[in-house]
Amino acid sequence: MFESLSQRLSGTIERLRGRARLTEENIRESLRDVRIALLEADVALPVVQALIQRVKVRAVGQDVLKSLTPGQALVKVVRDELTAVMGSVNTDLNLNCPAPAVVLMAGLQGAGKTTTVAKLARFLRERKKKKVMVVSCDVYRPAAIEQLQTLAQQVEVLFFPSTGEQDPVAIAHAAIDAARKQYVDVLLIDTAGRLAIDAAMMAEIKALHAAVNPIETLFVVDAMTGQDAANTAKAFSEALPLTGVILTKTDGDARGGAALSVRYITGRPIKFIGSGEKPDALEPFHPDRLAQRILGMGDVLSLVEQVEQNVDKEKAQKLAEKIVKGKRFDMNDMRDQLQQMLSMGGLASLMDKLPGVSNLPDQVKSRINDKEVHRMIAVINSMTKKERRHPDLLNGSRKVRVAKGSGMQPQDVNKLLKQYQQMEKMMSKLSSGGIKGLMRQMKGAMGGGGAGGNFMQR
Amino acid sequence: MFKFWKKDRAPEKTPAADAASETSENVVEILPREVMQSPSLSVPADHAEVDAAIAPDSVAVEKVDGSEIDNPGKRSWRERLSGSALSRSLGSLFARKPKLDETLLDDLETALLTADVGVSATELLLENLRQRMRKREFADADGLLAALRESLLAMLAPIAVPLRIPTDIKPFVVLVVGVNGVGKTTTIGKLARRHQQEGRQVLLAAGDTFRAAAVEQLKAWGMRNQVAVISQGSGADSASVIFDALQAATSRNVDLLIADTAGRLHTQSGLMDELSKIKRVLAKLDPAAPHEVLLVIDGTTGQNAVNQVRQFSLAAGVTGLVVTKLDGTAKGGVVFALATEFALPIRYVGLGEGLDDLREFDPGAFVTGLLPANLGAE
Ligand SMILES: Nc1nc2c(ncn2[C@@H]2O[C@H](COP(=O)(O)OP(=O)(O)OP(=O)(O)O)[C@@H](O)[C@H]2O)c(=O)[nH]1
Ligand SMILES: Nc1nc2c(ncn2[C@@H]2O[C@H](COP(=O)(O)OP(=O)(O)OP(=O)(O)O)[C@@H](O)[C@H]2O)c(=O)[nH]1
Ligand SMILES: [Mg+2]
Ligand SMILES: [Mg+2]
Repeated sequence: MFESLSQRLSGTIERLRGRARLTEENIRESLRDVRIALLEADVALPVVQALIQRVKVRAVGQDVLKSLTPGQALVKVVRDELTAVMGSVNTDLNLNCPAPAVVLMAGLQGAGKTTTVAKLARFLRERKKKKVMVVSCDVYRPAAIEQLQTLAQQVEVLFFPSTGEQDPVAIAHAAIDAARKQYVDVLLIDTAGRLAIDAAMMAEIKALHAAVNPIETLFVVDAMTGQDAANTAKAFSEALPLTGVILTKTDGDARGGAALSVRYITGRPIKFIGSGEKPDALEPFHPDRLAQRILGMGDVLSLVEQVEQNVDKEKAQKLAEKIVKGKRFDMNDMRDQLQQMLSMGGLASLMDKLPGVSNLPDQVKSRINDKEVHRMIAVINSMTKKERRHPDLLNGSRKVRVAKGSGMQPQDVNKLLKQYQQMEKMMSKLSSGGIKGLMRQMKGAMGGGGAGGNFMQR
Repeated sequence: MFKFWKKDRAPEKTPAADAASETSENVVEILPREVMQSPSLSVPADHAEVDAAIAPDSVAVEKVDGSEIDNPGKRSWRERLSGSALSRSLGSLFARKPKLDETLLDDLETALLTADVGVSATELLLENLRQRMRKREFADADGLLAALRESLLAMLAPIAVPLRIPTDIKPFVVLVVGVNGVGKTTTIGKLARRHQQEGRQVLLAAGDTFRAAAVEQLKAWGMRNQVAVISQGSGADSASVIFDALQAATSRNVDLLIADTAGRLHTQSGLMDELSKIKRVLAKLDPAAPHEVLLVIDGTTGQNAVNQVRQFSLAAGVTGLVVTKLDGTAKGGVVFALATEFALPIRYVGLGEGLDDLREFDPGAFVTGLLPANLGAE
């Protein structure tokens, strides 16, 4: 169902290949794909539009050849922009005020407010060594107060009792008094879920906010939320001076575009993410990870890093120089490339990092292995030095000899030659482009007949 | 505004309720109706418009007049569903009497995507419109809009199959499943009300033995409806609670048993297996049980709903959907994506937090809410 951005872009990116730079003209279609991918990941439309504008400004004029590939260059710009919008890692609550520091929760029904109160209480008690009290101002939902009471017992913090007959503001006032008397450091106030268009309920939480003057007002939002996240975030941030956002239920497989929408629209940092139902399932927020998740990029970027780290830079440099000088890419070079691929953990490890691959049927995945690479190296090894430097020499009888020497069939040798020819053609086209471009091209060329090559290319 | 259902939010804690929740094992509580007849909260409707809009896809701004507040039941589907971001953005679009061209289709595409309709369902709809536009089937933009409404209706018509409970199946067992916080327990409270009003004797099973106070929450709904709740308290085995409940339902000659389950994300395979186990255990008593497996989908959910339906169907054999929280600004456009992909019937929609805020799914009202027929006239 969900196409990752990189998958989606593969078509339009093909057309970008070979262009010297990204222009408004040649990225138009790709940007349309970016737009759809963001929408598919549930990023709200106004936010998508703003982002596309930013990406366009940054991408246009970029030098294609200096980056990975034109497509990856664009993906990287998109990712960088998303990360920038998402803000920095920020996990701390501001508790800089006379005790008790009051934290107010707000959000839609079922977002995870009550659970998050328990998680924060545990975090503050255990990690920050604070004396914590919790109170529920949810006088509506059946058993909401009991829910918080049970959770408070679980995480061993003080619970200030309230009942459904009371007024939320009165409850909060009484709780603050009690907290003061008991020298509580932090008072966490849970509230009922409410719709942003529910004027009376929004007025209620505004009154509550005014009455308790919280140092933190946290907006709790479900990671599975769709386009409506923007509307809701806007309304809550207009009604209340929010200080932060908590994204819940990130342990599922939602792409989490809502996080981006909420962050963009409220301008408030995402302080924590909820990653499970238990009170310890509270984690710091990593903007870069979420950016990647929204794009469905798998670990494309860490793949790029891995390639950068493990490529034998010297050999690659030599090869690059050789090709720049117009010298021919030969079988020795091909063998080097194949060996480097194996030294990077082999195809399977590279494959795992690519988006979409995890969804492939197992029978397909099992065919993606390093056997093919080893076989190719074996074939090259049984060539003579001369043959390696001048593969054109390989006529029928030489092929038979090479096949015998490596324990293969002549058609295996033919297959290798075909792949070599493709690579060679690409290499000769590639006047410059650096190591990374070269690696990418090489992987593309593997697609000629080998298993897995096609997946690498995506 | 939108306060009409607040009356149903009765204070939960009554002395009787407290006493009831202290007795634990397989206790059935029935309280006299009067206990639950609490004074309404009568919050005054706020006529001020909420300016919570992000132009142009803004939050609905609606005026609610006094009569609606006095008659919560009278408020129609259409009224509750209206004012969606989609209908607003299309409203301004069609008011400009646009030309029939690709730009118009692009705008429609944007509007559908913004309503969570999803890329594949949107592409399907647009391709159809594009072809017909090329064949000059539409006189103007309004003609095209009418065609889009028709297509949307056609997508939903096959899945508008209400849940009908045959009299010869007794007890009819409904298992309610879904991800966390979507409204399962609340929906059960509303379902109990609805079926009781239709003359059935209802029993509830507190199968959520995990979440804090989940049992108490269901018991509160049981009391509101004067419906018995079978429970074993927190931490018990969910399958065993529901098994007990089916035995109780059979021996008491109850018409309908509705079982609650803990919210679980569809990616948690261990918890999904638990649902399969519940089904296996029920089948020991009645091979046909559960007769209906309702998956509750939160109407504010985006494209993730597709994965939810897929995984819950695999683990629990979902037979029907309930879409909740459609009284908010989200209009549940993901329903179209679900319709194209799964063809599972939508049995009910949730339009509020009160006892009566559950309706049978009506595609006409749903589509009209999203895409009023008179858009261009505005
Ligand atoms: N998997 C998962 N479940 C969560 C997470 N946070 C909350 N939940 C679950 O989501 C459901 C709703 O959580 P609550 O804390 O009751 O939500 P709420 O916002 O207080 O709900 P209302 O008070 O009814 O508005 C419960 O089943 C929680 O266990 C999370 O990070 N991951
Ligand atoms: N506005 C609105 N709120 C709803 C609707 N249905 C349920 N809710 C609210 O959503 C929140 C969660 O509802 P629950 O019934 O507890 O959800 P659940 O699926 O049982 O939650 P868990 O058992 O924790 O997974 C509560 O605050 C309900 O009042 C609806 O149709 N409209
Ligand atoms: Mg709560
Ligand atoms: Mg529940």
